[in-house]
Amino acid sequence: MSTKPTAYTPHPMEKRVLLRDHLGVDFTRLENYIAHGGFKMWTKAQEMGRDAVLAEVKASGLRGRGGAGFPTGMKWSFLPKDERPRYLVVNADEGEPGTFKDRYFLELDPFRQLEGILIAAYTINAHVSYIYIRGEYWNSKAVTEDAIAQLYKAGWLGKNIQGSGFDLDVYMQTGAGAYICGEETALIESIEGKPGMPRLKPPFPANIGVFGMPTIVNNTETLSAVPVILEMGGEAWAALGTPKNGGTKLVGVAGHVKTPGLFEVPMGASMRDVIYTLGGGITDDREILAIIPGGSSCPFLKGDEIDVAMDFDGLKPVGSMLGTACITVMAEGLTDLLGVMQRVTAFYQHESCGQCTPCRQGTGWLKAIADKMDAGLGEDEHIDLLISACTQIEGNTICAHGEAAAWPIRSIATKFRPQLEAAIRQRATAHGYVAKPAA
Amino acid sequence: MSEPIAFSAATEAKIAELLGRYPRKQGALIPTLYLAQDEFGWLKPEVLQLVADRLELTLSAVLATAMFYTMLHKKPVGRFHVQICTNISCYLLGSDALMEIAQQALGIAPGESTPDGVFTLESVQCLCACDRAPTLQINKEDHFKVTPSELKALLETLKTEGVKLGPPVGWLAEQHHAHAAHA
Repeated sequence: MSTKPTAYTPHPMEKRVLLRDHLGVDFTRLENYIAHGGFKMWTKAQEMGRDAVLAEVKASGLRGRGGAGFPTGMKWSFLPKDERPRYLVVNADEGEPGTFKDRYFLELDPFRQLEGILIAAYTINAHVSYIYIRGEYWNSKAVTEDAIAQLYKAGWLGKNIQGSGFDLDVYMQTGAGAYICGEETALIESIEGKPGMPRLKPPFPANIGVFGMPTIVNNTETLSAVPVILEMGGEAWAALGTPKNGGTKLVGVAGHVKTPGLFEVPMGASMRDVIYTLGGGITDDREILAIIPGGSSCPFLKGDEIDVAMDFDGLKPVGSMLGTACITVMAEGLTDLLGVMQRVTAFYQHESCGQCTPCRQGTGWLKAIADKMDAGLGEDEHIDLLISACTQIEGNTICAHGEAAAWPIRSIATKFRPQLEAAIRQRATAHGYVAKPAA
Repeated sequence: MSEPIAFSAATEAKIAELLGRYPRKQGALIPTLYLAQDEFGWLKPEVLQLVADRLELTLSAVLATAMFYTMLHKKPVGRFHVQICTNISCYLLGSDALMEIAQQALGIAPGESTPDGVFTLESVQCLCACDRAPTLQINKEDHFKVTPSELKALLETLKTEGVKLGPPVGWLAEQHHAHAAHA
């Protein structure tokens, strides 16, 4: 259930402008949120006007915190200039394995996101917003529903908000256990009451989104950053990070580390420092076998590939991506990499929506091969079969689930081939089969 | 066949409120299926038909959505729905041992329910609390950093509670129904 607020001192390596659980204040109460400066930026946005708010968000260089890193201001400006009703949809369908960042806002600081929603809805002139929260997040849903009720009661939602003349209704929508609904067009289908099967793009949601109307879909962390950007100014936010990667980023460290947790660092922070300083180093002071930089859809990295900048461009040199910036650390000697690979294949197979053949069948093949290896019936050439299956999935599907399934497996099969081959022999022996000698 | 079923007045009021949130009635489908599941325990065929009638949708549209989402239950679920995360972070920190303990304590495999309707055991995908792994969820409650001995004790407590409370709404009748539907 909810974590009780406790006061502590964040590490100096952190730069906290979003996280404030260290203050020891219950920010799920509207009066506490307002007492700490809440909703001042809504008032400021009213004074600035829509164009100025949009300009400030553009100047901040804020990029979508769901993982794709698309510039938020640019996304907002893609809405067609017509009279159709617009929707703001909030993607709080946190489900990427290894990730635990939006949960913080949803459970501990819900009004920051809601103030961001108010400002964003005002800026794009939307009068209805749906917050789509992952079904399993019961506590997040309860806190958010309560926060919305507090806002209606105090005149911060509904008609003519605080005398501004602006109307906004916010509704919480709940997912029902489908990872794919984190994909924005699947999420839109789900809000419409349909199976969460992603749509072909174009048309993009900005033109034809939920209920066929222009729709902006933003992640929870993205919207939570909006009031902070207005407070400090777009340029000051941009200056916190690296070029083209403005601001701070919530980062998580989990797995085989001494002090797992959620932290906030300037964009571009060293991944090694995040793991060894904020994460406290590796369990039993072991070596790193592998890491996943930001959720299991990201290609895995080897232990010597962590000297990279944690921003949307910094992981390209090592062939991976920032993703959700929640790192999973796997230590030498504590990790069964074949077991990990089997879990990854099982996950993407289970969560494939099934509409594209390469993904529906391909994820099944990846899992079947991994299962076979796990059962002691693997052979070295099965590793090549995995790579071949990945090649036939990626780029051939409507949405990125195909790549999300293929890329981590390809990275394991290529970067960790010796470990996989050893695991294949170990499993064969353990299950009483005769292992093929190494080629 | 079973007797005609209807939503309670409280559920009806909630559905009416939900319908005001969407320009099309189908928007209210998933929240309505959740309400129906709360009221009737699981989404048996008559319940799906009731939802279809109430929202003026075809049964096939309701069925397509209900079948897609794992949290919409197409078979009865026990009073305590134990879901253990078996994804990467929890796997790295011992979720297999937790699953083993649960199987032994409850005498069922993942995906099964105890015959008395007290427990359903399942593995669940990443609950996204990896900094507090291993995790599990029982009904609407999260449990973090679960140790094997904690899980053993927890299941014993719930067993005792389950005997007192008995199976969930309509469990015995519904269990028969579920088996008949599978046959």
